[in-house]
Amino acid sequence: MDPRRLTGETAARATVGLLVLGLPLVVFGSRLFSPTVTLHARVSEGGGWMPDVLRARVGEALELRLIADDVVHGFAVGQSASPAVDLPPGQTIRTTLTFAEPGTYTFYCTRWCGPNHWRMRGVIEVSGEPLPTALSEPALYAALGIDLDAVRPTPAIPTGRPSAARGAGLAESVPESFLTDSAYVSRSPSEAFLALQADPATGAFDDSQVWDLVAWIWSTHTTKETIAAGAALYAQNCAACHGETGAGDGVMAGTISAATMDDPSSTEPLRPADLADPARLLSASPALLHGKITRGGMGTGMPYWGPIFTDEQIWALVDYLWTFQFEESQ
Amino acid sequence: MTRYELTRSVLVRRLLTSRWPQLGVQLLLLSGLILVILAGLLGSPVGNRNFAIVMVWIAWWGALMLVAVPLFGRLWCSVCPLPLPGEWLQRGAVLGPRGRGLGLQRRWPRIFRSLWLQNGAFVFVALFSLPVLTQPRLTAVLLAGLVLLAIAVSLVYERRAFCRYLCPVGGFIGLYAQAAPVEVRVRDADLCASHKIKTCYTGSAAGYGCPWQVYPGSLATNTYCGTCMECLRTCPHDNVVVNLRPAGADLSVGRGRGLDEAFKVFLLLGSGLAYAAVLLGPWSAPRAAAAAVGSTSWLVYAAGFLLFVVVLVPGLLALAVRLGLHLSRARSSVTHALRALSPAFVPLGLAAWMAFSLSFVLANLSYVPPVLSDPLNLGWNTLGTAAMAWSPYGAGLFPWLPIAVLSAGLAWTSRRAREIAGELGGGVRLALPVWIVAFVLTIGLLWTLVG
Repeated sequence: MDPRRLTGETAARATVGLLVLGLPLVVFGSRLFSPTVTLHARVSEGGGWMPDVLRARVGEALELRLIADDVVHGFAVGQSASPAVDLPPGQTIRTTLTFAEPGTYTFYCTRWCGPNHWRMRGVIEVSGEPLPTALSEPALYAALGIDLDAVRPTPAIPTGRPSAARGAGLAESVPESFLTDSAYVSRSPSEAFLALQADPATGAFDDSQVWDLVAWIWSTHTTKETIAAGAALYAQNCAACHGETGAGDGVMAGTISAATMDDPSSTEPLRPADLADPARLLSASPALLHGKITRGGMGTGMPYWGPIFTDEQIWALVDYLWTFQFEESQ
Repeated sequence: MTRYELTRSVLVRRLLTSRWPQLGVQLLLLSGLILVILAGLLGSPVGNRNFAIVMVWIAWWGALMLVAVPLFGRLWCSVCPLPLPGEWLQRGAVLGPRGRGLGLQRRWPRIFRSLWLQNGAFVFVALFSLPVLTQPRLTAVLLAGLVLLAIAVSLVYERRAFCRYLCPVGGFIGLYAQAAPVEVRVRDADLCASHKIKTCYTGSAAGYGCPWQVYPGSLATNTYCGTCMECLRTCPHDNVVVNLRPAGADLSVGRGRGLDEAFKVFLLLGSGLAYAAVLLGPWSAPRAAAAAVGSTSWLVYAAGFLLFVVVLVPGLLALAVRLGLHLSRARSSVTHALRALSPAFVPLGLAAWMAFSLSFVLANLSYVPPVLSDPLNLGWNTLGTAAMAWSPYGAGLFPWLPIAVLSAGLAWTSRRAREIAGELGGGVRLALPVWIVAFVLTIGLLWTLVG
């Protein structure tokens, strides 16, 4: 045997061995020992987020490798200022999260990926100092003792569209007690209307004037900025079901059926709340709307927004919802 | 016919006979194969973002069908990584003859010494092709399975039995390699005849006996020559050469064409049309059925596919030949005439596969840079092209390029059919029905590819 050939053969064998064993080892090893977490996104019917529970420590970077396995998804962490990340199908997107406070954070899909888009949620359990307070503050609706699902009495309904601008002209007669935050938050517009009618200071006005006063009182608790912020949130998160005008006729409205919820045998279509209907919205207090958004619809298809939106964002949405009933002040 | 001997150049001969350049390319492709299998198993399940799908079914397939096969014939087989692990184990060596290998070195069973198994393997893979083409894991499993099968076959049987008798792609390449302008042949057949030891077939210290079980001295077509260059290494007289030749020279060779080979021609022609219709045609129902493996609709699709490629297309040609023989009163059996006329359909088949490949390879080529930049879907951006958007290339070439390719294929097939019909004593009357079938198949292809 030519010793030169033996050397060549040995070199060739070594190269082959290195390739056949080394390449898979490097690939598997780098996956196994990498601190980066791979998070797959699939439509809810296909498994949703995988995994759907992540763990992190306060102050330590959580490196994520995000891959949408089917359609375009988006990734965002609720109640956080970091912008949502879009996930085009198959493309690996890296992102790093750092948490300053311990607690349970909700991450969710920000793209309308399918009828059960809103079910695409997961949590990040962040541990470390300081320890989270055992009891967080109860939600506003719970603190006020509001039953979100109680059947509400048929409200008084205006004949026209109440105008805050017209109401401003009569505003001087409105007693101070109608203007406080607590009065605003806990009364529905219909209740406020009836109370104004019963009050001697405003009882002499005709119905449409009283409604204008209600619109004006409501306008004093909203600003152009919060309404604009609410409009943007509504367009991105709510309009797909509730519709652009709030009429409950969004593009996804037809896809929500009871069968996709807890009762798989039912096929009865569920209609999103018609927010343009005065009977529905004018019977709801700001606190009730805040509660409905926070808690969600409990199996109706209305998502649980509490862990996603900040309190300011939920109030901005409530502010915007009133524009479906009242003409905004100029 | 005129030939230009490429190996006359000392540099070319050394490049081809030295094992290192070939091994270098083989190792590079083997790394690619390992990466493809790993990416297929571990990477993104989204096909157009997965290294395995994009590099195999777009990049490799495009390079094979549009460049390697039409220009260099079986060149791919000389560097293909699939049989290498098996071959190395069988030989007990990577670089050249030394010692004994591991295999049992049995002879391939006589009953299977034909293309029938390979034809079956091609049809079998074709039935599952849509899921394989789109699902990275299936691609990885298929390729790993072929490597394991090649290892098993190499350890039991001698030489490259897997490549020669089983590989579904090998038969495909071999058939269309006949149209290529390159060949491995002997310079002087008499010298081979007088060479007693036939080291080109038995092997020597310089190289292995033909792994493809071909005796170079009687090599007439490219069909079974894997261009592995062993005979260039083992011939003590440097009588084996690589030639540049007129494209399609093999198609004039009449002798030694079995029914298995003729069937392969018609099977691949029909499959080209069926693939184009199912994968690229305007109908969604067959595509959905082809994807739903195991379902009733898939069974219907599979039955339809088999009926079309195994019965309808070959049957149509057999009918045409029968009619032609009747009209021309040529003295030949249908089987003999079919076998003789089969090479005429090689250009149309090749054109069909090229037109089909052009239609999806150029449209999807822009998926290649992102997967090269991040082959394992780890979020890398090594080439800066990870987020490159999809954009179809060569849109201006359509539909004219596929039309031109198919027209050229039809013209070549028609001319060859006329010549062979003449050799059979049937003339235009024998060629006419064959022309009509070729024309109808071309129209079918144009309809599905161009609309």
